[in-house]
Amino acid sequence: MADRLSIPKTYKLAIGGAFPRSESGRTYEVVTPKGAFLANAALASRKDARDAVVAARAAFSGWAGATAYNRGQVLYRIAEVLEGRRAQFADEIRASEGATALQAAAQVDAAIDLWVWYAGWTDKFTQVAGSGNPVAGPYFNLSVPEPTGVVAIVAPQEPKGASLLGLVATVAPALVAGNTVVVVADRAHPLSAISLAEVLATSDVPGGVVNVLTGSPAEIAPWLAAHADVNALDLSGAGALDWVDLEIAAADTLKRIVSPEPGVPSRSLQRILAFTETKTVWHTKSLL
Amino acid sequence: MTMQHTALAPAERAVRVLGGDLTERSLRLHLEGLSGVDAVGLEQRAAGLGTRSIKTSSKAWALDTIIKLTDLTTLEGADTPGKVRSLVAKGLNPDPSDPSTPRVAAVCVYGDMVPAAIDALGAAHGDPDAGLVSVAAVATAFPSGRASLPVKLADTRDAVANGADDIDMVIDRGAFLAGDYGTVFEQIVAVKEACRRDDGGFAHLKVILETGELTTYDNVRRASWLAILAGADFIKTSTGKVTPAATLPVTLLMLEVVRDWYRLTGERIGVKPAGGIRSSKDAIKYVVTVAETAGEQWLQPHLFRFGASSLLNDVLLQRQKISTGHYSGPDYVTID
Repeated sequence: MADRLSIPKTYKLAIGGAFPRSESGRTYEVVTPKGAFLANAALASRKDARDAVVAARAAFSGWAGATAYNRGQVLYRIAEVLEGRRAQFADEIRASEGATALQAAAQVDAAIDLWVWYAGWTDKFTQVAGSGNPVAGPYFNLSVPEPTGVVAIVAPQEPKGASLLGLVATVAPALVAGNTVVVVADRAHPLSAISLAEVLATSDVPGGVVNVLTGSPAEIAPWLAAHADVNALDLSGAGALDWVDLEIAAADTLKRIVSPEPGVPSRSLQRILAFTETKTVWHTKSLL
Repeated sequence: MTMQHTALAPAERAVRVLGGDLTERSLRLHLEGLSGVDAVGLEQRAAGLGTRSIKTSSKAWALDTIIKLTDLTTLEGADTPGKVRSLVAKGLNPDPSDPSTPRVAAVCVYGDMVPAAIDALGAAHGDPDAGLVSVAAVATAFPSGRASLPVKLADTRDAVANGADDIDMVIDRGAFLAGDYGTVFEQIVAVKEACRRDDGGFAHLKVILETGELTTYDNVRRASWLAILAGADFIKTSTGKVTPAATLPVTLLMLEVVRDWYRLTGERIGVKPAGGIRSSKDAIKYVVTVAETAGEQWLQPHLFRFGASSLLNDVLLQRQKISTGHYSGPDYVTID
């Protein structure tokens, strides 16, 4: 089959459950570590970011309103579907990162395990982070964490041997509580991100819950940081950007912020709770 | 066919254009003699007008123009005086965070809500060309128009007596589609007469064609001519209760009729697309279409209006984006 034509894949954005090209029509070349051409990826513009936020906002009430049990099922389903497509992800990682077959397979396995780990938290983090507060009166006083809204994420940029894992380590925790996500993928290695979006689209994740932008974080992040309809900003992968300015811009609209962190963020309950708001309610006790 | 020779109520315009012996037959001959619409060409032209790139200062001007041309509308069975008051408050001061935001042209309500609207407007009630806000009322058994003429006239007189500045009437689509142009004509003439105020002036008459129910562009062109001949001050696309409501090709077609009427008689008729225009981007396409078809002089409140409710919030978000430099969100405008 040596004379068969190659069929290169068009890597597009993922916005609102669809896979559009960039509104700007721009693309950029994705290359291997040795500089060989791999694919053309969409170079997202600020208007793509705006559209992604609109899609994420529209999806928020449905995702946040789903039961914790249901969200857990959906996140676990992602792991299931990912498991069936291990070979594709491993191939992309090998080509894009120049990793060995063994390293690539290990990374995909780690990413799948991470989905499962976070999926388990959906109906448990409330018990751990919530509380029944003692008050001086015949009332129950309960504090519960609730999702904050739309979370904009700058995924880890060129984490060593972790283009898929870095993305999952930032996106998965934001989804647990019921937030919706706009994520700017690893600029140099965006293939796993778009393929992951295809997995999400076939894993019962409602359209718009995860929106993936490929392109320049330096160009897009300032618009997301200042966007009044974004509730939280995860700058995990923004270490190389002018992230202090981004945090200042985000403070103007009182966003939750996660500061840059080198490498792949480790899994933690803290990352889930970073995108929650605590609601406290009083309720009368029965006097029977 | 004696019916066809039935003399119709005299309407000044129709007599001028069709001659003194105005009959159903002469009206029919005129309407059916109108050339057919090139549907493909019309839609292509409309699509072409929608591709203009409007940037920065032009966009800012267009957004303000859209607000000034908006009939802010609430037409729900659940409307309350409180809802009308909050609609008026929004119309007078669309963006409290930016006092430079212009007022809307009018608020559009059901006839029985007119007193509540006028009361809420207070001193700001008046001619939108002078920067004030007028009150439009829908009448004539809106939105279906399925009632006898006396009921429609009573509905209209009631709204006028309540102080409505504009009357948005619906045509009898059933009669129109049955080819009974004379009935439709007579009813518009009668409603126009019912728009007479005690002081001798007239409330502006907007005639809703409900283009979504007319099925063909040829019908839209005929209905537009019919309404203008019968005395309409405005021709309006839709009630907003039927899908499709306003579309760009239909509005373009109606603007062409208005332009032709102006060339024929020197008289300017207004156009109001209503329903289904929700984004600034869409509304700007309409502004372009008006300027390119009828001319820029149509871009003022007594010649062009948008019938809309949710459009205003999107325009405000775009305005905020221009003034602050970053994207705004629905938390920064009112919930309608």
